[in-house]
Amino acid sequence: MNNKYDVIVVGGGPAGLAAASEAAKNSGVRVALIERDAFLGGILNQCIHTGFGLHHYKEELTGTEYAHRGIMSIEASSVDVYLEAMVMSIDEGHTVTLISQTLGYVKLWGGAIILAMGCRERARGSVIIPGTRPSGIFTAGTAQRYVNIEGDQVGKRVFILGSGDIGLIMARRMTLEGAQVLGVAELMPFSSGLTRNIVQCLEDFDIPLFLSHTVVKIEGETRLEQITIAKVDADYRPISGTEKTFACDTLLLSVGLIPENELSRQMALEMHALTRGPVINNLMQTSMPSVFACGNVAQVHDLVDHVSEEAERAGKHTAIFSKTVVPMLEKAITVETDDAFGMVSPQKLVRFDFENQPLQTAALRLRVKKPYTSAWLVIKSGDVQLMRLRKNHLTPGEMVHIAVDLNAMPLESETIKVYLEV
Amino acid sequence: MFDWVIIGAGVSGALIAQRLSAYPLKLLIIEKENDVACGATKANSALIHAGYDAPFDSLRGRLNAEGNAMYDDLAELLKFPFKRIGSLVLGVGAEDYTALTKLYENGLKLNIPGLKILDQSRIHQMEPNIDPSFEYALYAPTAGITEPWEVAIAACEYAMDQGAKLLLNTEVTEIVKIGEHFIINGAIETKGIINAAGVHADDIYRLIDGEISFAISPRRGEYFLLDKEAGGLVNHILFTCPTYKGKGTIIAPTAHGNIIIGPNSEKVEKDYVNTTFEGLHDVKQNALKMVPNCPLHLNIANFSGVRAEPSTGDFIIEESRIPGFINVAGIKSPGLSAAPAIAKMVESIVSDIHSRRGTALGPMIQTPISRRARLHFSELSEAEKIKAIAQDAKHAHIVCRCEQVTEAEIIDAIHRNAGARTLNGVKRRVRPGAGRCQGGFCGPKVVAILARELGIHRNEVEQERKGSFVLSGGVQDE
Repeated sequence: MNNKYDVIVVGGGPAGLAAASEAAKNSGVRVALIERDAFLGGILNQCIHTGFGLHHYKEELTGTEYAHRGIMSIEASSVDVYLEAMVMSIDEGHTVTLISQTLGYVKLWGGAIILAMGCRERARGSVIIPGTRPSGIFTAGTAQRYVNIEGDQVGKRVFILGSGDIGLIMARRMTLEGAQVLGVAELMPFSSGLTRNIVQCLEDFDIPLFLSHTVVKIEGETRLEQITIAKVDADYRPISGTEKTFACDTLLLSVGLIPENELSRQMALEMHALTRGPVINNLMQTSMPSVFACGNVAQVHDLVDHVSEEAERAGKHTAIFSKTVVPMLEKAITVETDDAFGMVSPQKLVRFDFENQPLQTAALRLRVKKPYTSAWLVIKSGDVQLMRLRKNHLTPGEMVHIAVDLNAMPLESETIKVYLEV
Repeated sequence: MFDWVIIGAGVSGALIAQRLSAYPLKLLIIEKENDVACGATKANSALIHAGYDAPFDSLRGRLNAEGNAMYDDLAELLKFPFKRIGSLVLGVGAEDYTALTKLYENGLKLNIPGLKILDQSRIHQMEPNIDPSFEYALYAPTAGITEPWEVAIAACEYAMDQGAKLLLNTEVTEIVKIGEHFIINGAIETKGIINAAGVHADDIYRLIDGEISFAISPRRGEYFLLDKEAGGLVNHILFTCPTYKGKGTIIAPTAHGNIIIGPNSEKVEKDYVNTTFEGLHDVKQNALKMVPNCPLHLNIANFSGVRAEPSTGDFIIEESRIPGFINVAGIKSPGLSAAPAIAKMVESIVSDIHSRRGTALGPMIQTPISRRARLHFSELSEAEKIKAIAQDAKHAHIVCRCEQVTEAEIIDAIHRNAGARTLNGVKRRVRPGAGRCQGGFCGPKVVAILARELGIHRNEVEQERKGSFVLSGGVQDE
């Protein structure tokens, strides 16, 4: 077995599929793709609903169809796939140790590594809901796996905390499975889910959405029996006297996603406080030159289409990096934001690729912390304004995409800052 | 006919069973829940107190000091994690200093080793994250951390390996004495009973003695458990002075590198193990007073446990008015720390009863030098991992990413004596689901493994207590 690769991709979800197949398009680039589950596709395999692919494939697909296209292109490529294989560590940015159910303990060497581990769901502990600890409390994604992949029933009378997209999708899914969905509570005064999901998953099924509400009590000795929600004040504290109780056997939590970065932390990559993923540049390169990151491991996306686009970019640049004898490594421009934003990616900008070819633009993605009907996005370097553009309908559920003209940017090593002006 | 029936498979009952299993006795452990270690044993501060706190002239004081000293050998015998990391009782101001001095003097009377009152510069050197205002601390180097449920699970397993029987899902509702013997629930005959029923010890004793002279009124403590990312926040077990309300909040590392914060102390009804908004808020505020930068946003779980507060104020460990019936009741804090000494004391009571009956206890039977240690794959070296996979290919299936637990570890945890029967039972033994994702990824996989290994339907797999089914499909649907 030849364990030496040019590019090793960790994670066979949408990011890993796109990155691996794009990297393998470059002749002579040997690519390995490692997936912990028994099949490729990652979380898309449990997304049997539609709404995928409108940007990337210009047609509406289910999650499983979207995954299938990626899997087909991997199968048609020269990529070596390792299934049921868990990456245990990555050393020196090159040596990948994995444990595979078929191959056992394996070490692979990669000229470059692409991290594509995706994200995980925040659990009950991260939102601190008082009460007992009965069964029947699931993160929405785990419930989705039980229902859509394992073929299990998770509950009959369901309440959902959090109006993130997975929570909304599961409200509809559980209804179609014959369960009664009693309501969705959202701590914020607005939903963080896509507008189309609010309409298609809640309104179409008459499922009430309780904005500025949270679950304040969980009851049940064995299986969940009842939950209590309450309205919250401006500081998100429950307001006494506003409690409503719901008899239910299931509570689904859709309270946020966190990039899965055990390996990134183990490698001591520079991490970003807002994205909770590794700091990356517009070539998707992390603070360790041979390590790249794309998809939800770098920052949580709202559409898989954007993941694929970003991952293809990662695949392309990583392949070039792995084949370039002395890759161009310039000192990057640092991207900062003011307090209006909860996320910015990438956080570093370079103006040349690894072959020293100039790049014209860079895609910058931002997420606002609260909705705005209209606002100006202003990019400054010190006091000098570099870009100013108007954006309508800004909401935390939908990332803002802007194309930054790299020719207009300041010199390397400087900092640019994005401001929101209302 | 059993020689002894132990009621309650918490840490006291389990360690009593383990000690008695060294004699040629017919032993039975009866537990009302579907697993061992399901009461106070599974939800407490997970500390082995040094022993300066409880009054020197109380049973609690004496047994804490004695029990603490027994933990090194016991951990070696039963192969559970135990680390002596030392504790600090933090104080500020003259009132606290007086309180610390009192604890110090109490500790000296109990011969607690190595007690020292440390000055400001020393304590901030030892604990850089504590509030700068703390001026001194009582240092007790022998305080330690462990996994309380694993102590009880290991002790039960060891006793069962020697032939003791375990009866789960059995609530004792009737005890009748006929001559020298007892009949439990109309079916189980025994020559003696050891009542280690935790918060229900008074209810159990009342079944045989209507004029019971003690009562158990449970107190609830609520906790936060922080992600391993918070590991290193504190290096020792941190207490505040007793001049704070109760013993105050504790911040301590756990045996697996998480941080535990709690408890408060509220009087509650029995088995009332919920958390409350107010309780968690209090714990949080206290924690921030001790460690201002305490990263509570890294919380992965909240839980609460009840402690069996006896009306007498002290442990009740004695042969009752009913000959052959031993009460081990009111085992509040420091019950876990004292447990090995409690078991030793019960062994001596049992020995006295046997002598009285003219059927001397012993000689001891040949017992293994230790319980078979669990193989924790994540703790192995590379060479050991390769060897483990060669011996059992199921070690090549990493089921839990966060804690790096293999399928082989889970299967072993199910098939040992006192083995896991539930999702949380597996979690307590080998940790899948104990990490930051709290079972989001591995939950469905562990459900499948449990169903397969126990020969039950997936829909019959329980999360925790009897009836706490993970899935809602029901078996009749198939």
